[in-house]
Amino acid sequence: MIDFQLDGHSGVATYLQLAQQVRHSLRLGLLRPGDKLPTAKEVVAKLAINPNTVLKAYRELEREGLVGARPGAGTFVTGTLPSGDPGELEQLARELAQWLRAARQAGLGREDVEALYGAAMRETFQEPAPGAQRQTEAEKV
Amino acid sequence: MTDAVEAVGLGRRYGRKWALQDCTLSLPSERVIGLVGPNGAGKSTLLHLAVGLLQPSAGEVRVLGRDPRDPGTLARVGFVAQDKPLYGHFTVAETLRMGGWLNPAWEYKLAEKRVARLDVPLTQKVGKLSGGQRSQLALALALGKRPELLLVDEPVSDLDPLARRDFFRVLMEEVAESGMTVVLSSHLLADLERTCEHLVLLSRSRVQFAGDTDDLLARHRMLTGPRDAAAAIEATHTVVQADYTERQASVMIRVNGPLDATGWQVRNVSLEDLVLAYMAAPHLTDDTIETAKKEQVPS
Repeated sequence: MIDFQLDGHSGVATYLQLAQQVRHSLRLGLLRPGDKLPTAKEVVAKLAINPNTVLKAYRELEREGLVGARPGAGTFVTGTLPSGDPGELEQLARELAQWLRAARQAGLGREDVEALYGAAMRETFQEPAPGAQRQTEAEKV
Repeated sequence: MTDAVEAVGLGRRYGRKWALQDCTLSLPSERVIGLVGPNGAGKSTLLHLAVGLLQPSAGEVRVLGRDPRDPGTLARVGFVAQDKPLYGHFTVAETLRMGGWLNPAWEYKLAEKRVARLDVPLTQKVGKLSGGQRSQLALALALGKRPELLLVDEPVSDLDPLARRDFFRVLMEEVAESGMTVVLSSHLLADLERTCEHLVLLSRSRVQFAGDTDDLLARHRMLTGPRDAAAAIEATHTVVQADYTERQASVMIRVNGPLDATGWQVRNVSLEDLVLAYMAAPHLTDDTIETAKKEQVPS
């Protein structure tokens, strides 16, 4: 079962942090379809947060088709991430690693790469107006 | 749905000094609401008026749609005062029994279970309890009557971080079970960020801003970038806080529309940064911002 952690200084709303952690675990294969998510009460007992925040995060994930609520039983994982074709993903990962090696050989440090990457990300995904598109907002951080 | 607390022109005066003046606000029900603001803004006075411990000098306050001093209302409202008034020579068990005598709908077993879970010995004299245990007992006493609305005034300001976490854990578990409305005043913004869905910033008796905590966070950004590009940002968005050096600008904005931040470094803002920035700019209120926005629209 997923173990939620919170970053109190991130400025990212708590429900977004929870949803993001579920997506992250899905991407890493730590959560799989059929797995049960902790109940709101269990999360509250661990993190001392507002129970409605947990429900809000689960609703968000439900809208994305990643989890489903079974009445009386709890909330379960129903979807998988990432959504792309596995072969294509592997190819992209290889190309990215290649690019990173090239950047390093060109004398770029970690921060240089992050700055380049950040700028390219913003250009590609065109930063949306905050509040207008929460989902992308969560992905970005 | 009836608002949990509704105040119109509410004021309370001590001699010639107003502790709260012309306060108009409404707090939604079935939420956990944080009440923040500088000392002297009138938070405590507002809470005392809402539980009927003080009578208004002006205006009106209604709680769960009714007069707070009505006995029928009092049975539905719980209150934990800042100094947690308890009888020091009573034992914990005696305190809980007292709760039973004073409240028509009292759940002794539940209160006892709650206290036992927190390692507060029932035979201990209240005067010998630690700060954290006292707070837990005061909370158990307020929760024992199963209130629909719980008002809590600065509950954890004198507690260590662990006791604070325990206090909020019990409170939030109770919210999960009962769905009660909670109004919580505190200076500890990190705690409020985790627990409050709705936030009200009170400044000089007035509501400076009020709204959904997640929306507040989503609507504010900290931008760092070239100073000569700041004017364009400031023309479309509300500047909450700004610092300039010769070439650089750091601005916290309330986003009023699509944000074109090319060339700017954009960061999220924590609730703490946000509230501090507004406290330093008391002229910026929900009302003045809305008015300014309307004036900006070319006619």
